[in-house]
Amino acid sequence: MRRGIVTIVAALLASTLAAASSATPAVKAGASGSAAKSSEVVTHYAYLGKAYREPAPLSLLKPAVIPDEGLAGVRLGTNYNNQAGKFLGLKFVLDETMVPEDGDVVVAAKKLLASGQHLIIADLKAPDLLAVADLPEAKGAIILNIRARDDVLRQTQCRPDVFHLVPSDAMLTDALAQYLVWKKWTRWFLVRGQHPADIEYANDITRSAKLYGAKIVAERAYELQTGARRVDTGYQEIQTQMPMLTRGIPDYDVAFVADETNSFGLYLQYRTTDPRPVVGTDGLEATAWGAAYESYAAQTLHDDFLKLANREITVRDYEGWLAANLLNMAVQQGNARTVDAIRKYITSDGLKLSGYKGEGMNFRSWDNQLRQPILLMDQLSLVSVSPQPGFLHAVYNTDTLGFDQPQSQCKFSK
Amino acid sequence: MKTLNHSRTHARVAAMSLLLLMLVAPPAWSAMLFVTNERGNTVTVLDSTTLKTIKTIPTGQRPRGIVAGPQGKWVYVCVGDSNRIDVIDVAKLAVTRQLPSGADPELLAVSNDGGRVYIANEDNSQVTVLEAMTGKVLAQIPVGSEPEGMRVSPNNQITVATAEGSSLVHFIDNKTLKLVATVLVGARPRVATFTPDGRYVWASSEVGGTVSVIDAGTHQVVQTISFAIPGMRAEFIQPVDITMSKDGSQAFIALGPANHVAVVNTKTYKVSDYIIVGQRPWHMALSPDGSKLYVVNGFTNDVTVVDAKSLKPEVSVPVGRLPWGIAVVP
Repeated sequence: MRRGIVTIVAALLASTLAAASSATPAVKAGASGSAAKSSEVVTHYAYLGKAYREPAPLSLLKPAVIPDEGLAGVRLGTNYNNQAGKFLGLKFVLDETMVPEDGDVVVAAKKLLASGQHLIIADLKAPDLLAVADLPEAKGAIILNIRARDDVLRQTQCRPDVFHLVPSDAMLTDALAQYLVWKKWTRWFLVRGQHPADIEYANDITRSAKLYGAKIVAERAYELQTGARRVDTGYQEIQTQMPMLTRGIPDYDVAFVADETNSFGLYLQYRTTDPRPVVGTDGLEATAWGAAYESYAAQTLHDDFLKLANREITVRDYEGWLAANLLNMAVQQGNARTVDAIRKYITSDGLKLSGYKGEGMNFRSWDNQLRQPILLMDQLSLVSVSPQPGFLHAVYNTDTLGFDQPQSQCKFSK
Repeated sequence: MKTLNHSRTHARVAAMSLLLLMLVAPPAWSAMLFVTNERGNTVTVLDSTTLKTIKTIPTGQRPRGIVAGPQGKWVYVCVGDSNRIDVIDVAKLAVTRQLPSGADPELLAVSNDGGRVYIANEDNSQVTVLEAMTGKVLAQIPVGSEPEGMRVSPNNQITVATAEGSSLVHFIDNKTLKLVATVLVGARPRVATFTPDGRYVWASSEVGGTVSVIDAGTHQVVQTISFAIPGMRAEFIQPVDITMSKDGSQAFIALGPANHVAVVNTKTYKVSDYIIVGQRPWHMALSPDGSKLYVVNGFTNDVTVVDAKSLKPEVSVPVGRLPWGIAVVP
């Protein structure tokens, strides 16, 4: 029965709002909402994910596969939305679509869009995300990217309907670079894997080095493919391999590792030829979230997440929660009742999205990237939060991370 | 004559000693300031006249919200990570009792007769109401997520509670212990407090960056106050505690990472001043006579004493690690 994204059950409300929603088929009056109370405002949004096959983390303490990663965060966010909503006559309904490994995301997206669903939380890799965003029927939808960090999505392949909650790789390497420069650890040894994602991250490291005046003293690639993470007495091979990879490098301060596919990064620590800390995709990591972060009541989110999903929260879960929270804020704080009104609210400079980072966050108008402080963490604790003190910007200090307006190659108008 | 002279001398000596006494004796408003140190797991007790530490009292884990009972006999401390309330006996300056609080208490309020304690359970979306002496649980009231701010109305009939995660202010009827109204405010409300006449509730929104003024009778938001400090990024303005001046003419609002306290005229709702204090001021309290405002600065580990009339910061006094809340006992 569901037709619109936002279903106003009260006919009176709906009739006043329908006029304002001409651009999008968002409001449906008198729909037979399941258990909706007479004056309840019901907002429907969708989670669209895919069970991609991905290399398992090297640490045996991390689960090899998390079937509900990302989705569990959206579910928690939806619970929070309804927890507040029950006092305000607001109801949020999550529509879950998980495409199997061999399934077609575009087919699933078409089905969602045909059902009238125009608020999509996209837990997709970049090619799938673009394929969905470029569907003619997706025009005017709001697609919230909670997974793809690819810079290109914020640059030449940006899309007006795609909003990036997850930070770009460039934001992450800039966040680390600021901290390393603040520490005066400015000689970097870049070690990368062979995967295209590793090469992209390595390019970001180079970009950040230039931007912040650090020097890449050497760059090396790890040649071997990702192997099995469990091998009897496998440590012996690693113990000899990592010194070989890191031998004969001019003097450096940190090994900056780009290993997006979990093939060797974890093994660098304590095994480099020279005794140097490891930063990047392993060691000291820049990330939007970590289970060991607890400031601004974040522990409450972790506790609630553990209760719901029976596991530790990941960065994708956090982004999923944040997406649900963004839609809640638009409906609750912004009083938005149509997709267009939600877009207007979330693209406003006045948006103050709360995400347990202290400050309210909003989107960069030039590429739809969420401004945000970035956490610097090892596996067990928070080390720092960037932007670092002294890295200032004329408007938002967080715009020192990633692509600021002058560097933007994004053009929304087609 | 002799007698007269004698008595005159006596009088003179008496006057002199009285004068001496007045010089050394503390002013009438001398009080004790109890400051929770979130990281230190202690409460620092300061003498309001000398501003010296009288005692450092060990508490349970993560002491945050702290409130003095109306008779000044007991001080209640939320020790969140120990899931209880530690009660300090003011005469002994030691924790002598504990109350069961429910999960993760963050802030509390004490009824005006001292008989009841209202506790915000941050971790499980409820308000717990206890008998202050026996610890008997009278009610557990479901509210929005992450409840924090708690305050009892001047006439003792209503308790307000903020739900930080849900951006709500709840009004609880203290007779029925049921919700009578729920009001939507800006993002992440941390503190709600009544004006001294009980007519309005002011609620701070930390991430929203605003203070909402709610009519306590109609439960409508009648005013939303914003802040702007020249040269300060808007995102650093994060209002937390609200303390009303004794006569109710001014509200003091601690702005967190903006390192200032805003002064707002409660009639015009205009911001009249921004007082610079230490780093990350969250909670505050007034001296019993209302002449001083004590501001607790989390990052600089101190308390700034502000003259409530001239609005000048006078001195900052070191306390424990990551100080959070403050209660004043006359």
